[in-house]
Amino acid sequence: MSGVTVTAGFLALVDSAPLVIARELGFAEEEGITLDLRRAPSWSTLRDMLALGQIEAAHMLAPLPIAMALGLGGMTTRIDAISVLSVNGQVIGVSRELAAKMRADGFPFDFTDATLAGKALIAASDGALRVGVPFPFSTHAELLYYWLSALGLPAPQGVEIKTVPPALMAEAMANGEIDAFCVGEPWGSIAVENGVGELLLPGCAIWGFAPEKVLAVRHDWAEAEADITGRLLRAVWRAGRWLGDRSNLTTASEILARPEYVNVPAEVVDRALTGRLVISQSGEQRNVPEFLEFHAGAANFPWKSQAAWIGAQLAARTGLDRASAAATAKGVFRTDLYRRHLRATGADLPGASEKLEGAVQQKSPAASESGKLFLMRDAFFDGRIFDPDATN
Amino acid sequence: MFNLPHATVEWVHLQTGLPLRFLRGMSNRLSIVVVEKDRDRAMLIMESLRDAGDHDVFVISEETGLARRISERNPDVVLVDVSSPSRDMLEELTLASSPMDRPVAMFVDKSDDGLTKAAIEAGVSAYVVDGLRSDRIKPILDAAITRFHMFQRMRTELEATKRALEERKIIDRAKGLLMKARGIGEDEAYALLRKTAMDQGRKVVDVAEALVTAVGLLS
Repeated sequence: MSGVTVTAGFLALVDSAPLVIARELGFAEEEGITLDLRRAPSWSTLRDMLALGQIEAAHMLAPLPIAMALGLGGMTTRIDAISVLSVNGQVIGVSRELAAKMRADGFPFDFTDATLAGKALIAASDGALRVGVPFPFSTHAELLYYWLSALGLPAPQGVEIKTVPPALMAEAMANGEIDAFCVGEPWGSIAVENGVGELLLPGCAIWGFAPEKVLAVRHDWAEAEADITGRLLRAVWRAGRWLGDRSNLTTASEILARPEYVNVPAEVVDRALTGRLVISQSGEQRNVPEFLEFHAGAANFPWKSQAAWIGAQLAARTGLDRASAAATAKGVFRTDLYRRHLRATGADLPGASEKLEGAVQQKSPAASESGKLFLMRDAFFDGRIFDPDATN
Repeated sequence: MFNLPHATVEWVHLQTGLPLRFLRGMSNRLSIVVVEKDRDRAMLIMESLRDAGDHDVFVISEETGLARRISERNPDVVLVDVSSPSRDMLEELTLASSPMDRPVAMFVDKSDDGLTKAAIEAGVSAYVVDGLRSDRIKPILDAAITRFHMFQRMRTELEATKRALEERKIIDRAKGLLMKARGIGEDEAYALLRKTAMDQGRKVVDVAEALVTAVGLLS
């Protein structure tokens, strides 16, 4: 195999792990590629670097390439999601003032029940809630819109949702610009460490199995460089499988903690990787085994129904047609490339490319090529089920 | 976004005292906002934009509430450093939804010369209000690109210089330690460092650093 260099961009987040591990543990090298990683300062800059050809691949918010396909935001270059890098991993946090109010009202901070937590938050915020999200097109934003509007607080009428870069979330809360946030780790835990906020809910309490980051490449590049695309996909998939083994997580947190990657203490990275989160200054801990998933339950399979859900959500709040947005979104998640390039690796390939989202209440067997696939719980907090072919 | 109620805030052109919206209607004058924390850099950008035409240039150096601050200015063009994390805050301005809004989009050049690409590579990105013609943007972006290229070079040079100074300091210290410990001259001390580095396949500065650390631990 000849040596090729693939340049990939990422943001300083725990869920950049599959790319970092693919490089650091030699999974990329095994596929004959040198993975050159570039840390981007912001999602918009990462998107532009990918769209304009400065990098070949990116760790990207799942809704971002879908938004681009729908013509939202700046760039409209066609970007494909060739696999899902991570599922779940978001945290919702509130300012200490708001947390104190909620505690005074008797809320237990159980870190589980999204309905109770949402109602307590709405009651405590007294009609003036400002929530920070890392980007307008992010799973964080979609989860918030879904959650709060289901509880009777529609955005933008009832709540102000603001963009704050992940690493600046704690600072924005300290400056009193936001009352709550939904962000990726380690930045929620950093807000706890800095004494500015407390954690209220993990993202998976809203949607049990939400695609968070995808491996994104330019559509034209995936076509022209099919061989390299395959090697990259396999290397990153093997890194995800390695991360799915709990005995590797200490090593993973040490690597991710390095200054060139996430640049926060390994102990803080470890919280997200293991799902053992410290939710307040007093050191209360909550254990959420499904907090962040890199492998189990075919986590990396880019379900077209997940894309359709995101497309329909984006359309609903930007005034686009939901059915056609869902159809466009499905085209972004390349199940075909995933199947083609991973068939020989032993990856469990589901029989179907779409499913009813929110229908799996507990770990259940599903049809797959190997016959050994189990899907994880993917329920929405309000029990709704999303049918990707009935979006009107 | 960009739906400033003009009745409450009116921006006035400093030189003429005329309301900006009036001036904007009357002339080719564009309102440009530069997002830049560093005061010196901001001054240099303003200077080069002045050469690109008679425009109103404002600098926003405070990143808190950036989207709101920009909406209040209601500009035609926003220039921002691509290495600033706060750039993402501008993204929500692209989602203008009310009929009063002036939606902005990142400037994407449709012609062949790849102006957008050149800008991103130089380290600047431009958000432009909907409907502004690209020939009006080009001189502004050209000026910004030249300036940002200069910043990039200065930053690289500064880092290289700093590193070189740092390395020389460590090597000098290691030489001094060797001279004292072994009673040798400066040239000999350096030769010893270099030989050790070559034998071990390491850089001279790495060997020097190891020596300085070791002596520090032993003393």
